[in-house]
Amino acid sequence: MPASRLRLAGISKAFGATRALSSVSLEVAAGEVHALVGENGAGKSTLLKILSGAHAPDAGAMELEGEPYSPSGPSDARERGVAMIYQEVTLAPHLSVRENILLGSESSRLGWINTRRSRQRAEGALAVLGYDHFPLERATGAFTIAEQQVIEIARALLLKPRVLIMDEPTSSLTQADTEKLFQVIGRLRAQGVSIIYVSHFLEEFLRICDRYTVLKDGLTAGTGIMKEASVDHLVSLMTGRHVADLYPRVARKLGAPVLEASRLARSPRLKPTTFTLRNGEIFGLAGLIGAGRTDLVRAVFGLDQADSGEIAVFGRHEPHPSPRGSWSRGLGFLSENRKEEGLMLNLPVCDNITLTKLEAYGRMGWIDPTRQNAASDRWTAELAIKCRSGGQAVGELSGGNQQKVALARLLEHPARILLLDEPTRGIDVGSKAQIYEIIGRLAAAGKSVVLVSSYLPELLGLCDTIGVMHRGELVAVKPREAWSEPELLRFAVGKD
Amino acid sequence: MTRLLRTVVRKGGPFIGLILVIAIFSVPAETRGYFLTYHNFKIILTQSVIVSIGALGMTMIIVSGAIDLSVGSVVALTGVAAALLIQHGWGPVPTTLAAIAFGGVIGLVNGTAVAALRMPSFIITLGMLGIARGTAKWLADNQTVSYDRSPINSWMTTANPSGHALPAGVWVAIALAAATSLLLKKTVFGRHVFALGSNEAAARLCGVPTVRLQVMVFALAGCFFGLSGLFQLARLRLGDPTVAVGLELDIIAAVIIGGASLSGGSGTVLGSIIGALIMAVLRNGSQQMGWPNYFQEIIIGVVIIAAVFLDRFRRGGKS
Repeated sequence: MPASRLRLAGISKAFGATRALSSVSLEVAAGEVHALVGENGAGKSTLLKILSGAHAPDAGAMELEGEPYSPSGPSDARERGVAMIYQEVTLAPHLSVRENILLGSESSRLGWINTRRSRQRAEGALAVLGYDHFPLERATGAFTIAEQQVIEIARALLLKPRVLIMDEPTSSLTQADTEKLFQVIGRLRAQGVSIIYVSHFLEEFLRICDRYTVLKDGLTAGTGIMKEASVDHLVSLMTGRHVADLYPRVARKLGAPVLEASRLARSPRLKPTTFTLRNGEIFGLAGLIGAGRTDLVRAVFGLDQADSGEIAVFGRHEPHPSPRGSWSRGLGFLSENRKEEGLMLNLPVCDNITLTKLEAYGRMGWIDPTRQNAASDRWTAELAIKCRSGGQAVGELSGGNQQKVALARLLEHPARILLLDEPTRGIDVGSKAQIYEIIGRLAAAGKSVVLVSSYLPELLGLCDTIGVMHRGELVAVKPREAWSEPELLRFAVGKD
Repeated sequence: MTRLLRTVVRKGGPFIGLILVIAIFSVPAETRGYFLTYHNFKIILTQSVIVSIGALGMTMIIVSGAIDLSVGSVVALTGVAAALLIQHGWGPVPTTLAAIAFGGVIGLVNGTAVAALRMPSFIITLGMLGIARGTAKWLADNQTVSYDRSPINSWMTTANPSGHALPAGVWVAIALAAATSLLLKKTVFGRHVFALGSNEAAARLCGVPTVRLQVMVFALAGCFFGLSGLFQLARLRLGDPTVAVGLELDIIAAVIIGGASLSGGSGTVLGSIIGALIMAVLRNGSQQMGWPNYFQEIIIGVVIIAAVFLDRFRRGGKS
């Protein structure tokens, strides 16, 4: 085994009465990609913050290349060779690629920036990642999220890091971009950089990681060599349950069509698309990001106006759907973008759950708070939403609980046709399992669901029918039994 | 220690600020004898009516995530218009209704431009600030508009013979504050306004008629501003097209001191009214201390910054 680059032993950290970490150990070798696995709240974030210098541990020892390592802050950690790539891009969108890469470490003399030297350094950092002809002078806001992430990694490389921490780097990447990122990770590993890799997509660990450490409730639940592990093994270490239990298999019968879209189109991303959703059906939509899946469900719900085509809900033709009208006809919509469109973060849980039908909790425009709270309390109890009360601001909850609040809105309404756009994005396995169970129960009760997801196992685990979209077209619709992961992927990338 | 302090500040909020400024002016020898008298509080309340009523409308607009910079001009314009109506022999009630309606129409124009043209409210109302001020001067022919007499003149007086009763303006402000507070807290309309200000996209997704709602908020707030204009007229007893320059900044300051966030989705009527009172007490106290005008302005500036700082601290101290 190669010499250890980073060694943590007996790390503990408490916040008030909450023990976030107790006696956690972690060892990362030089040139190793190490998976840090755990549910939300397992202590991953705290451990990453300790590594990157944002928090100091209460107890325990840290060593970097055999030397004691106790960073005084994030900048000290970076200087000592431990850099972190955050989940959300932290670039200044109006500055150019070069300016962003060199931000804070400009090549300058008496305050004047040496442009040629800057270009060389920025180009050098990008070349390491395999990006040779990057337009250095263009504003970063014009690039895709994947490209912005590359720019961010290049910025971290400028300081020649020995340990690079990546916190859910693929959460907003398409499949193709994820592949490119994996190539970048491979290059970094070949150059001896150690990488600590955090993700909610367990399959990624099997692809790129050498070893893993699993955290559960602030303790080290297991560590080992990735080649000898399986997704099922990781899940059972994380949660204490097996993958097969994640997806509910409830027998259900598909009924009459409830939602029919015919030749629905909206330029530029949605070509004329026809599909039918039946009573009790879970209809999955697979495809790459930007393939038109979100555009399709948004047009059906009336969040965006379709250019042409027809929609019929419960057999009734709807020429101009609007969100307000759609709710009243029994449709419900869950946005893929929880923070920007799904929830009103600084408003209480109870308002977020009941907003679509406030009129129902009183009369003549007045709201009876008792009835409104009762409705909200019912769902926080039923979905096990962890909050102090219905009066707590939803922004203070964890991602999984926020998503359950967003879903509770559709249940309270109650919607009979649920359009769910990436309902499990960015939430932990435990919350995912709960959401799968809710979706399964809804379908068994005769509700119908359109499920847009980039996570193929969940489509295959939950859906009755799966359609794949490619460049704005629904290219194939088949029952779940006729699909496999490679087959879905093949249609999604358009190789046929 | 900070936790205890934070709890105290959270529970008390702007109310503590109000008690503090009152306490400050109750101590010095110059003001001690007069400051804490009923008559002086009557004056403070009367002086705060115009800002308070404006702050009610502004609270709705700020909670909805917008801003209105045209209030001072609208107050001058509705005041001039009301003065002209009185000149033409209109009685107090029709004149009042007309001033409210006029303010409402201006708000309707602001709101329609903001919501339908999808323009920032900052820009639209900055434009309206000029338009309304210019129109006021045009209507008044660049002079003050005087009239013989009107019962309206007594609505803001503190020197009435009975001595004790508060002027009508104060009662109107109190009643409207109660009504607005109920409207924002207890009705579907109010919750929708909060939803709109907190996250417009999410509100739209939930079926809130965001365009119509934004127009309604501006129009309703405009009615309040029209009424402020009428009380401005009652105080001056003539229509002055150059009055109330910068009034909107006092009003916005009152709402912010009261704990509302400029990014929308939070704010309370009680807080805004207390904010208006804090500023009225500061003005009144400074005058009695014999402090020059510029000194008052500096103090009020400091108070605005301190209030927002305290509000941050109250919400968990994150910068």
